[in-house]
Amino acid sequence: MTIRRLRISCPHCGVRAVEEFVHGEIPTIPEGIVEPEARDLDRAFMHTNAEGVVVERWFHAFGCRRWLTLARDTRTNDIPDNRG
Amino acid sequence: MNEAVERLVDLRWPSQVKSAYDVVIIGGGGHGLATAYYLATRHGITNVAVIEKGYIGSGNSGRNTTIIRANYGIPEAVRFYQHSLEMYGRLEQETGRDVMHATKGLLWIAHSEAGVRQERARAEINTAFGSKTEYVDPKTIQDICPQLDMTGQGVWPIYGASYHPSGASARHDRVVWAYAEGAMRLGVHVHQRTAVTGFLRDGDRVVGVETTAGSIAAGVVVSAVGGHVTTLASMVGLRLPIRTHQLQAFVTNRYAQAFGPIVASSGLGVYASQPAKGEMLIGAEIDRAPAYAYDAGHSFLRSCAFRSIALLPFLRDLRVLRQWTGVCDMSADYSPIMGFTGVPNLLVTTGWGTWGFKAIPAGGEQMAELIATGRTPALIAPFALDRFANDRTMADRGSAGTH
Repeated sequence: MTIRRLRISCPHCGVRAVEEFVHGEIPTIPEGIVEPEARDLDRAFMHTNAEGVVVERWFHAFGCRRWLTLARDTRTNDIPDNRG
Repeated sequence: MNEAVERLVDLRWPSQVKSAYDVVIIGGGGHGLATAYYLATRHGITNVAVIEKGYIGSGNSGRNTTIIRANYGIPEAVRFYQHSLEMYGRLEQETGRDVMHATKGLLWIAHSEAGVRQERARAEINTAFGSKTEYVDPKTIQDICPQLDMTGQGVWPIYGASYHPSGASARHDRVVWAYAEGAMRLGVHVHQRTAVTGFLRDGDRVVGVETTAGSIAAGVVVSAVGGHVTTLASMVGLRLPIRTHQLQAFVTNRYAQAFGPIVASSGLGVYASQPAKGEMLIGAEIDRAPAYAYDAGHSFLRSCAFRSIALLPFLRDLRVLRQWTGVCDMSADYSPIMGFTGVPNLLVTTGWGTWGFKAIPAGGEQMAELIATGRTPALIAPFALDRFANDRTMADRGSAGTH
């Protein structure tokens, strides 16, 4: 088995263990959904839940307490630009 | 049943993929196969194909912690899971297969005043809606599970617990095989190593599936996919209130069969039981960032081991033997989603998060009834997808991201 030791490269603090961070996401509502009620429903409950590279936000809760943006592949948990 | 003289599993694989079926079920896990089984046995519908990307039971049906319980937090869920728990109790008789069903009793431990209130509420709501759960004091807890450290290593003291005597477990792959065998004997086709790559459409309607084994026409298509349902739904432009999260579990080396119940703690986010093989089976909460990977996390093993030792100090002397990861479809309200999708002829059974194994018999039975009659049975009507649009979500604290 592959033991993952995910690390995230924080622009302020350097490479840190993933446990220091809290995951956040950038919500997206497809442009094809136009009716206001349908957009509200999508905003409240629906998820793209992409299987692939997603751009997301992580909060460095046990570090500098700033948000950073990174791209992560949800199929592998790889962070392509990660120096960690 | 003596395993040494047990029959081999009689799985009658189809020789070819037909060009059309009355019902195509995507996903050969517990839910998909149980749906096919009940379609064949209860409704005489046997022109059915189950399409499985890997091998049967290779997804979350083979990646769970096999806990069967009904002590949920809302009336609709208690009724549904109690029905499933009772079906599990009769499953060996019904299928003629030993699925290693064992009633163990489940303790859900409270480490604080707030925890005590939650477990008292759980006992009350379970009792009111037909599932047996009682609130028990520390002395009774010790009688049920003498291995528990009642001081919680001085940090997580045990104040009380709810006790669910009908909590049980069964062998996951035997459940899958029992349903597959029963369905295939009646003529259901199960196609392994066949992936669905798209849907056949006629206007809005779904009229079949594109697969790696060619196009298959279908009167009804049912998604019983675990882990990848949003990807499948996106092929027909369907948005679902689901995120996919990894859930990890591990087993220790084997030791004497001496641990009776299933023990769970919301405060510590951990639960433990001892399957028939003698390993200690430990599970925890989902990983917070959505992902589809099957990899193992060092931080999970470390923190989960630490938390389980706070509850059960004897675990300190054991070793982690094996670890696995499932990918769970977590619905927005922690309740399942069953039934119509708004896309004509496409049904789903999904949102099985971390609570799918216990729901296999009832989920399959109810979906089969829906397919056969075209009407949603009362037991699963509260779990329709349109509840999100209708402001009728089924938020359930009793499922809350563990088992």
